Amino acid sequence: MNLAAELHDVIVAPSGFPVLSGLTLEVQVGECLLLEGANGAGKTSALRLLGGLSTVISGHGQILGVDIATGDRREIRRRVGWLGHEGSFYDELTVEENLTYACRLTQRPRASIADAIERVGLGDRRATRTGLLSAGQHRRVALAWLLILRPRLWLLDEPFAALDATARALLHEILRDATQAGASIVMSSHEKNLEFATAPRRVTLLGGRAAS
Amino acid sequence: MIRTAMLVAAKDLRIELRSRVLLWQVVPFGVMALMLTGLAMGPNSQNAANLAPGMFYLVLLFVVILTVSRAFAIESPVGTSQSTKMLGLDPAGVFLGKASAIFLQLLLVGSVLLLGAATLLHIAAGVVLHALPSVVLALGGLAITGTLYGALTSGISGTTTLLPVLALPAFAPLLIAGERAFTSVALHQSGLRWLLLLILVPVVYTAVGILLYGVVEE
Repeated sequence: MNLAAELHDVIVAPSGFPVLSGLTLEVQVGECLLLEGANGAGKTSALRLLGGLSTVISGHGQILGVDIATGDRREIRRRVGWLGHEGSFYDELTVEENLTYACRLTQRPRASIADAIERVGLGDRRATRTGLLSAGQHRRVALAWLLILRPRLWLLDEPFAALDATARALLHEILRDATQAGASIVMSSHEKNLEFATAPRRVTLLGGRAAS
Repeated sequence: MIRTAMLVAAKDLRIELRSRVLLWQVVPFGVMALMLTGLAMGPNSQNAANLAPGMFYLVLLFVVILTVSRAFAIESPVGTSQSTKMLGLDPAGVFLGKASAIFLQLLLVGSVLLLGAATLLHIAAGVVLHALPSVVLALGGLAITGTLYGALTSGISGTTTLLPVLALPAFAPLLIAGERAFTSVALHQSGLRWLLLLILVPVVYTAVGILLYGVVEE
């Protein structure tokens, strides 16, 4: 089967402390992978590596065809989609302005912005400054950008945190649609009883490497 | 690169227009600082001709540091920096865009400060007009240099104190050349060599920024 990403014995140590200590992981095309583990196990670090946000000290692998050791990390960033803990884009710009800015910078058609905003339930907030939105609504803005971006690899860091039942259902639906369209999803969670519509493969991280 | 630069600059200016930090915080600060220096110098017009350009550039230095800090403060929230990093933008374009936005903001503040200098530091209007090209060149250089050092210190703890410490040595040639060019105009001397320095330094820093901004950002 084709691999969207593969990591072999990867060590990442920002500021000298190894946050990933020999991680080996394969992500199949179209699969949903759930990274589990306690706080500090390396879930976010693994996602950051897959997002082209970390420098590899040793190990090898590829993410969407870009070599993690020798390739251009900006190219990885352009190819993947990221949904993080925090807000996204600029607080002083409105929801629509932020998405328009991102579309223009990445030369994507702006026609899909309105649909994406409606899909994530922010239709009545399109002209609201992002800084005035709640944490959950911030997450929806980031999700709207992923809908516009349609990346081949979705990286989601604790995507269900701070979401109400409606938003969780919406996220489930969007992720199911993404995997059905052939995208791969890697997400982190420390929720023990996470119900997930697409039945993800689970990998438990411990001390910066895969324990199972 | 140019397209990215224009979009980044437009975004920064839009945010500034909306937040009005420049208008309600930086400009009043600069005018108040000019007033204090004017009071310190006293009404003696002989003093003014000699000291006013230096005082003007001292106030300008504070204003530049505030403006650069503000320009990078909007990028510093973790969610903002992460989401923009994930766009995989051309770093040279981002550098030019941020530098352009800072330059335009400094032009606005610089114009107000020049008017203030004419009034509060007793500089003749003709001198101010003749010094204008050198001030514009100095502002361009300070914007470019400030952008590079702003990116370098952005996201690091202690940014507010680290930026002036690191940037001041880089600002020094521009501040000195600007002050000398201004004084030359006030004393009816040729300030050509200082103008050349004000052109050379920004050219060097622009080249460095285009080549290294990506590394600095990372």
